[in-house]
Amino acid sequence: MRLSSLQLADESKVDLVIENGIITSIEPANKGGDYDMDGLIALPGFVDLHTHLREPGFEGSETILTGSRAAASGGFTAVFAMANTQPVADNAGVVTQVYELGKKAGLVEVRPVGAITKNLEGRELAHLGGMASSKAKVNLFSDDGHCVSDAALMKTAMEYLKPLGGTIAQHAQEPSLTKGSQVNEGEISRITGLKGWPSSAEESIILRDILLSGQTGCPLHICHVTTKLGVELIRWGKKRGFPVTAEVTPHHLMLTELSAQNYDTRYKVNPPLRTTEDTFALIEGLVDGTLDVIGTDHAPHASDLKDQEWESAAFGMTGLEQAYQVAHKVLISSGRSDWKRLQEVLSSKPAQIGGLDNHGSFEIGKQANLAIVNPEKTSLIEGNRYSKSSNNPYVGMEFGSEVVHTIFEGNFTYKNNEVVR
Amino acid sequence: MKHLISTDQLDREQAIELLDQASEISRLNEESTRKFPTLQGKTVVTLFFENSTRTRISFELAAKRLSADVINFTAESSALTKGENLKDTAQTLEALGADALVMRHPSSGAAFSLANSNWTSASVINAGDGTNQHPTQALLDALSLRQGFGLPDGSGLDGKKILIIGDIVHSRVAKSNIDLLSKLGATVELAGPGSFAPGSKYANLDMALEIDPDAVMMLRVQKERMNQPLLPSDKEYSKLWGLSESRVKKIPDSLILHPGPMNRGLEISSYAAESENSMVLKQVKNGLAIRMAVLSRVLGGRRETE
Repeated sequence: MRLSSLQLADESKVDLVIENGIITSIEPANKGGDYDMDGLIALPGFVDLHTHLREPGFEGSETILTGSRAAASGGFTAVFAMANTQPVADNAGVVTQVYELGKKAGLVEVRPVGAITKNLEGRELAHLGGMASSKAKVNLFSDDGHCVSDAALMKTAMEYLKPLGGTIAQHAQEPSLTKGSQVNEGEISRITGLKGWPSSAEESIILRDILLSGQTGCPLHICHVTTKLGVELIRWGKKRGFPVTAEVTPHHLMLTELSAQNYDTRYKVNPPLRTTEDTFALIEGLVDGTLDVIGTDHAPHASDLKDQEWESAAFGMTGLEQAYQVAHKVLISSGRSDWKRLQEVLSSKPAQIGGLDNHGSFEIGKQANLAIVNPEKTSLIEGNRYSKSSNNPYVGMEFGSEVVHTIFEGNFTYKNNEVVR
Repeated sequence: MKHLISTDQLDREQAIELLDQASEISRLNEESTRKFPTLQGKTVVTLFFENSTRTRISFELAAKRLSADVINFTAESSALTKGENLKDTAQTLEALGADALVMRHPSSGAAFSLANSNWTSASVINAGDGTNQHPTQALLDALSLRQGFGLPDGSGLDGKKILIIGDIVHSRVAKSNIDLLSKLGATVELAGPGSFAPGSKYANLDMALEIDPDAVMMLRVQKERMNQPLLPSDKEYSKLWGLSESRVKKIPDSLILHPGPMNRGLEISSYAAESENSMVLKQVKNGLAIRMAVLSRVLGGRRETE
């Protein structure tokens, strides 16, 4: 099929020819293909390094199929499914199951993330080698939801993974500083009386792991950075040449701690929403390259887990369906950056960190994985359209751009604003 | 006023109005213990997810004095032994026709969430939520201070210097009082060990007493609130921050308040608790009057247009 008159991130206009799932030709724009896409922008399909698909174990909140649909509607063609399922993805069996279910859903490439420690308990290494050599070929490892807080164990994990080519994704949260923590420590914890989650609990682990990564040479990816000082530490680590990458979530780019002042549990998330100053530092870090990727930390929860008093409610909010829109808002609408950077943070960098050769760029001879967006279409968010859960923090907000089509391995998975199946 | 969740919702005028109403009730209570018909036919539920016999019986008696039917619901709630959740409990009581829920809950914000949820249409009175708010305690403290200073109905606490001592950060009593007493025109000073009162300017109670407070409010040392030890020892706390006999003698004209129950010998000496400036029992009496005023305000609609 020929998609004509698509604009690319470098502002050139082209026709894309896709045959048997492969891009076979990229030509100067020329009217008259199968699909006239004049006015739309094509980006390599988005890649999310940080998704919770909840299956196996928590199918009441999301399944690999419903999460894949949400992902496709958000322009994603690959997602990394975090390991905190039940059973935990800490062995070849579970990661293979997740991988197979992803294949079966067939809407995005589902890449299982392997746990670093058995049952996410932070005590013994999980079957890292077994997962790496499984059919799922796991190359990203994380205890996300939990911090690997034991420094010696983290060092060992890095030493072990280095020759396997794995990357560690750390959820940076010193547990002794965050027992019972609910919201950012500061103004919001004072207003609400909820226990504070101090930024130092995140920053101390970021610094420690940057040092361990520098020493072991194992690539470290820092999940959901939320603080100004965290960004500064990463900037320093990169300057030293340590193999460190970092992620920011859509919600930490857009929302602040004050959202929590009325105990609305949609805004309960871990790490917590921080201050306006932090938010600006995160955006600055994303623009200047200190933060490499936007990772959604899409965390669906069934409504009864959220319709509770604050302290009993679950942590997390969804993000797959709005991640692109948030990225567009903070990078493009704001005038702070450009399409090339947006493409990097949503697609090429995460693809590179996750080792996905078929995603992250357009090239003749490569799989056609595309997100096609309308750069000038205002939409009001009424809720999640495809996720099984409704804990969407953007309800009632307007965005200035939206995903119109998603093409995965040469086939439409999202077409004219509808998921194809 | 449909709910009383936080002192934040009261402006100075509304607070004084409540104090005046309680003051009137208090005088009537002194005359006789007969019941008022105000809440006849109304059902008040005391819903305590955390033990507090004193607060519960104070509310229970207040409701009974106003002729309401009272149901006491006590539930153990902890994150570890999760039984029925708040939503289900609230919906159950709603189905039974409760008009007001007086709730004590270990989670900050629980009363706010209950009042703003669709779980119940009853009035919600916050009898303490986590480390957040305890509005009736602040009101009864304000009334006790006003009486102790000999100030008439209609007045605030303008120009008075109140020193609150102890575990400020973990205390809903302190938080509500800081807000309310300031609104009433008092200057509120905070003192305590750094782990209890970050930013405190004083190394010990003697230093703090040099500001010559008009009243000192001692907070209970609540060990169960601490997720980790915040003090070297009880002994050190008592030595540095306890209201001992010698310290009471340094402030002969200051009123002494304590929300109870007291840890005698820890934050407060028996000498202080029983000294002539002690307001401790007055606070208990005023607690009853304040809770009657609040219940009749939220349920009886007296002089209230909101």
